[in-house]
Amino acid sequence: MPASIHEQPPADDRRWKIIDQAMQRHDYHPDALIETLHAAQDAFGYLDAETMTYISSKLKTPPARVFGVATFYNHFSLKPKGVHTLAVCTGTACHVKGNDRILAWMRDHYGLVPGETTPDNQLSLVEVRCVGACALAPVIVPDGNIVGKKRLEEATTIIKEWLSDVA
Amino acid sequence: MWREELNRCADERRQYLDGFTHRILVCAGLGCPGNEEIIAALQRVIAEKGLGDRVLVRKVGCMGLCALGPVVLIQPGEISYQTVRPEDAGEIIACLGQEPVRRLLLPPDLPFFARQHKNVLALSGRIDPDSIDDYLAVGGYSAALTAINEMRPSDIIRCLQESGLRGRGGAGYPTGLKWSTVAKAAGNKKYLVCNADEGDPGAFMDRSVLESTPHAVLEGMVIAAYAVGANTGYIYVRAEYPLAVQRLKRAIREAERLHLLGHAICGSNFDLSIQIRLGAGAFVCGEETALIESIEGRRGIPRPRPPYPAEKGLWGYSTLINNVETYANVPKIIERGPQWFAALGTDKSKGTKVFALTGKINHAGLIEVPMGMSLREIVFDIGGGIPGGHAFKAIQTGGPSGGCIPAAHLDTPVSYESLSALGSIMGSGGMIVIDETSSMIDIVQYFMQFSMDESCGKCVPCRVGTAQIHRLLSTFQEAKATEADLAQLEMLCDLVKNASLCGLGQSAPNPVLSTLRYFRQEYLDRIAVPAPVQEDEQ
Repeated sequence: MPASIHEQPPADDRRWKIIDQAMQRHDYHPDALIETLHAAQDAFGYLDAETMTYISSKLKTPPARVFGVATFYNHFSLKPKGVHTLAVCTGTACHVKGNDRILAWMRDHYGLVPGETTPDNQLSLVEVRCVGACALAPVIVPDGNIVGKKRLEEATTIIKEWLSDVA
Repeated sequence: MWREELNRCADERRQYLDGFTHRILVCAGLGCPGNEEIIAALQRVIAEKGLGDRVLVRKVGCMGLCALGPVVLIQPGEISYQTVRPEDAGEIIACLGQEPVRRLLLPPDLPFFARQHKNVLALSGRIDPDSIDDYLAVGGYSAALTAINEMRPSDIIRCLQESGLRGRGGAGYPTGLKWSTVAKAAGNKKYLVCNADEGDPGAFMDRSVLESTPHAVLEGMVIAAYAVGANTGYIYVRAEYPLAVQRLKRAIREAERLHLLGHAICGSNFDLSIQIRLGAGAFVCGEETALIESIEGRRGIPRPRPPYPAEKGLWGYSTLINNVETYANVPKIIERGPQWFAALGTDKSKGTKVFALTGKINHAGLIEVPMGMSLREIVFDIGGGIPGGHAFKAIQTGGPSGGCIPAAHLDTPVSYESLSALGSIMGSGGMIVIDETSSMIDIVQYFMQFSMDESCGKCVPCRVGTAQIHRLLSTFQEAKATEADLAQLEMLCDLVKNASLCGLGQSAPNPVLSTLRYFRQEYLDRIAVPAPVQEDEQ
């Protein structure tokens, strides 16, 4: 495959600039791969084949390595996320305080298991291995806001209210 | 000249702060959600009452007692308020200089505060993490200046060796010895790395230190880099800690602005640039060689050791890797001398240690105690015991790499040696209290699931072994296990522990082994079919 296949970004989208800047900051060195993937995920919300191919050619890194890194780390997602995201912390303190019951409740009520998104693309459920707010266990994180120290009934009420508010 | 300039910044800041009759410090850590609303509410009341020139509201780092947060501290007087809500702002302001608000008051003699010995956390919850002037005002960076201007690298290393400081990431390797290995390593190019990839679920010491006193970590890194001769440093921090990353970035920018980082630090001929590298959610990257792979932009797969990173680390160059808390200990050791540090703690474990005390405990939060304090004092005095009238069952230390310590050993003093003698480890400092309502098999299976998911897959004992141990644990979980399963479980634990390449695999069986040792009955109770032939001696 010629290295110059994607000299230009795949589309005239300002978000590609952010990715280009990340690579430029590291002088397009292959070591910048993880930093670049972070920038790409921040810009697009996930990493698709087109993005990874572009990064691969710009950093002169085999596509297999880009894919390997993107799939090795939990933080990178190859699927688009829903409009809203509920993160459930499953760190040890949250586990001891019963966060598995919140995951079970999400499965029963929304048919979601961690890593999946509802068919209408409104809600993604993710499992986080410890956000570090263990004294607030059990912790749930609707759209980035930490909510802690809630019993199961309180937590599910909060989730329901949050979803009806943002809908 | 630089010292005068910094002293001037510090003096100005002190004068500014002293100009207020009252200062209201609000914890702005991750563990106190809603602090922004509280700060806004307080500022609104102050503006309404026209007290702007007499009362100052400041955001500060973590005060430790996260279970009763958000916590607000009034100075002077050291009055602490618990579980403050924005609605309380009016009352708090009205009571300034008078009787404190009784219903919010935290008792000043609470053992949670009284029994701690704060060293790394001394400034946490006292200064604004986003203000370098605040850090300078309490004497920050003076240890770095002393080190660079008045000490030889070998003096610093000797100082660290005499202090007895050991790595706070968990393994407890003597810090001074590590520094001297890197200092002696051949080659002019060396790297410095701060391991802030706190992947242990249930631990948040590093997050809190980075969020509360980022400059203390940077100062420790400056001293370390000068001592070993490194000019480039990396802080490898979890992407799951956005607030810590944001505060660190700001701290680096501010330190560069005052020439405390960058080219020719404070007029010396010593350069150090520090960059942040974001982790991406891989527990194994806390292992130093996997971390190096990750900084180099690859999958976090450990390399065999030796060669250790001190000889061959980043890009093949000698690299010093220390944990956040280790670096944060350094400025005080330089400032107060190695004897001061060595006088704290036990014979072989010196100083103080920060722990994240969580789980089934009343006063969950971040604590710092001298090494050698008993687990009982930590759980029942500082932690305030178990809520809901339940009984203590075990304390889990060291996360997925550690073990569960039962009530019978609660009087054990905390040190690297004593915890490992009990089949657990000091680890980075996570302590999760488990009460009698939890099944140990469930806890152990939780950890094994974690280790299995996080195994990088490079070596077979870890990749296959953790999965098989997890499968065996499931049979116990479902009470369908046999005697043969128990024997196989023990055999596999031994195999994974001894045959894995890196610390992840070598320590993954620890939760199983420690519970087999102290809670064996729970395993035996779940064996469905008794062994038909042989007599079991136990």
